[in-house]
Amino acid sequence: MMNKIADKLLSVLEQSNYEEADAYNIRVDGISIKRKVSPYIEIESKTDKNGINVYIKDDTKFGIVHIPVLLSKSGLKDVVYNDFYIGKNANVIILAGCGIHNDLHSDSEHDGIHRFFLSENATVKYTEKHYGEGSGNGKRILNPTTEIYMKKGSSMNMVTTQIKGVDDTFRKTVAELDQNATLVINEKILTNNANIAKTEFNIELNGEDSSTHVVSRSVATDSSYQEFISKVTGNTKCYARVECDAILKDNGNVLAIPEIYAKSVDANLIHEASIGKIAGEQLLKLMSLGMSEKEAEEAIIKGFLK
Amino acid sequence: MIELKNISFIKDNKKILDNINLKLDDTKFYALTGPNGSGKSTLAKIIMGLITPTSGSIIYNGKDITHKNITDRANMGIAFAFQQPVKFKGITVFDLLKFAINKDINRMDACKYLAKVGLCAKDYVERVIDNSLSGGELKRIEIASVLARNPQVAIFDEPEAGIDLWSFKSLNNIFKELEKTNNGVTLVITHQERILDIADEIILLENGTIKKIGSKMEMLPLIVTNEYCGVIDDE
Repeated sequence: MMNKIADKLLSVLEQSNYEEADAYNIRVDGISIKRKVSPYIEIESKTDKNGINVYIKDDTKFGIVHIPVLLSKSGLKDVVYNDFYIGKNANVIILAGCGIHNDLHSDSEHDGIHRFFLSENATVKYTEKHYGEGSGNGKRILNPTTEIYMKKGSSMNMVTTQIKGVDDTFRKTVAELDQNATLVINEKILTNNANIAKTEFNIELNGEDSSTHVVSRSVATDSSYQEFISKVTGNTKCYARVECDAILKDNGNVLAIPEIYAKSVDANLIHEASIGKIAGEQLLKLMSLGMSEKEAEEAIIKGFLK
Repeated sequence: MIELKNISFIKDNKKILDNINLKLDDTKFYALTGPNGSGKSTLAKIIMGLITPTSGSIIYNGKDITHKNITDRANMGIAFAFQQPVKFKGITVFDLLKFAINKDINRMDACKYLAKVGLCAKDYVERVIDNSLSGGELKRIEIASVLARNPQVAIFDEPEAGIDLWSFKSLNNIFKELEKTNNGVTLVITHQERILDIADEIILLENGTIKKIGSKMEMLPLIVTNEYCGVIDDE
């Protein structure tokens, strides 16, 4: 049964309108409680382990799938394997995300392992939002793994957002791109208290004219720690751009480790990383428009993570 | 009306401003000029609260605001256009104008202020204020953010610096319009004859002191002879 906590978590994850989608699967405290499918989008439960298979038929146009996961029981460790098979020329939006509410003292954990298999010329927009809340001192832990396998001409835009309240997270993203495939990743993370957030990207550009653009924007506040590792390998004529941009506040720490490996003379790989506190001139400008220093700081961070 | 009384500013044992006394009246357009390093920007920043003077006081509409911070001064009606417009990551032109106006605005409201600075609003409202905008565009957006405050004291720090000829021409029109319509104090730091020519009064600063204040008729011959200003030939 959906309860008030689940409703609130859905709202924070911006998935309250899931019933309007073509297909959805709502997982609460380790159990799929609601599901809808369409003639173009099939969802079935896995028989060998926790999780679902989602099949998007060839040529599906503008399909929308919601697959939020909500945890409201303290002490629950939920591991789920979701596979997505995207048909040729299909165009689909997939909205995932996990909200944890933990009021007690045991750790709550969700590890989502998502695999995407994009057929030729398939287009996917995948958004994943993570959020934790609750008054207990039990940790809220999220460890998402995303594997992406892209056939010729396919494209994927992945937007991941982790807002406050997740104590520990290790996000791992692996991708393999064939000819003309394009992968765009936008990652946004805000950590506070003593949160630890690690993200690791490992992208292999195998096909000619494949390309990727990874943008990571993060804010580390209080005594939180973040680690950003990106490994991009260009095995042929390809293009990659990785940008890691972090704002530090209070005693926040950020470690960025870029790794670009060109295995072909025609690979064009770029990495940019910058870490620092909010530029003083930005604060002064907004204060000269009537904001207090605190308001200016909030506006700058909000814009940065927009 | 804003008044600077005995304002001095010392940095690294060097006197940047030396006992400045200056009264700026409402409805008047002032041009502040002088050689590089004469203290023009410092003077303007002291009025906005971006720099704290070593000594002296600032009186605004009869109130001593010397110890007021930037935010307070902004909310009292003082606004400042930075010489180097500040760039952001993620903040759009619309956001900035919304912050400046300080209430919920729609695209139409934002467009009104962009049109004032000669920018085609629909092309700019959603643009992020970053390196993707040219120097001239950033400058005009900076000016729009000041106009959107509807300030009682509007300060512009070298609005012509770093912009192309075309932008300069339209910039000039913005100040002509401002001179006609603004009921408060307008203070523009400039080296450009075309902007000096609009001014009701020109203040000439040299070595941290006010050398002379007067009408453009009195001041222009002196300034041009001394090569304090430049003439942009855009005909």
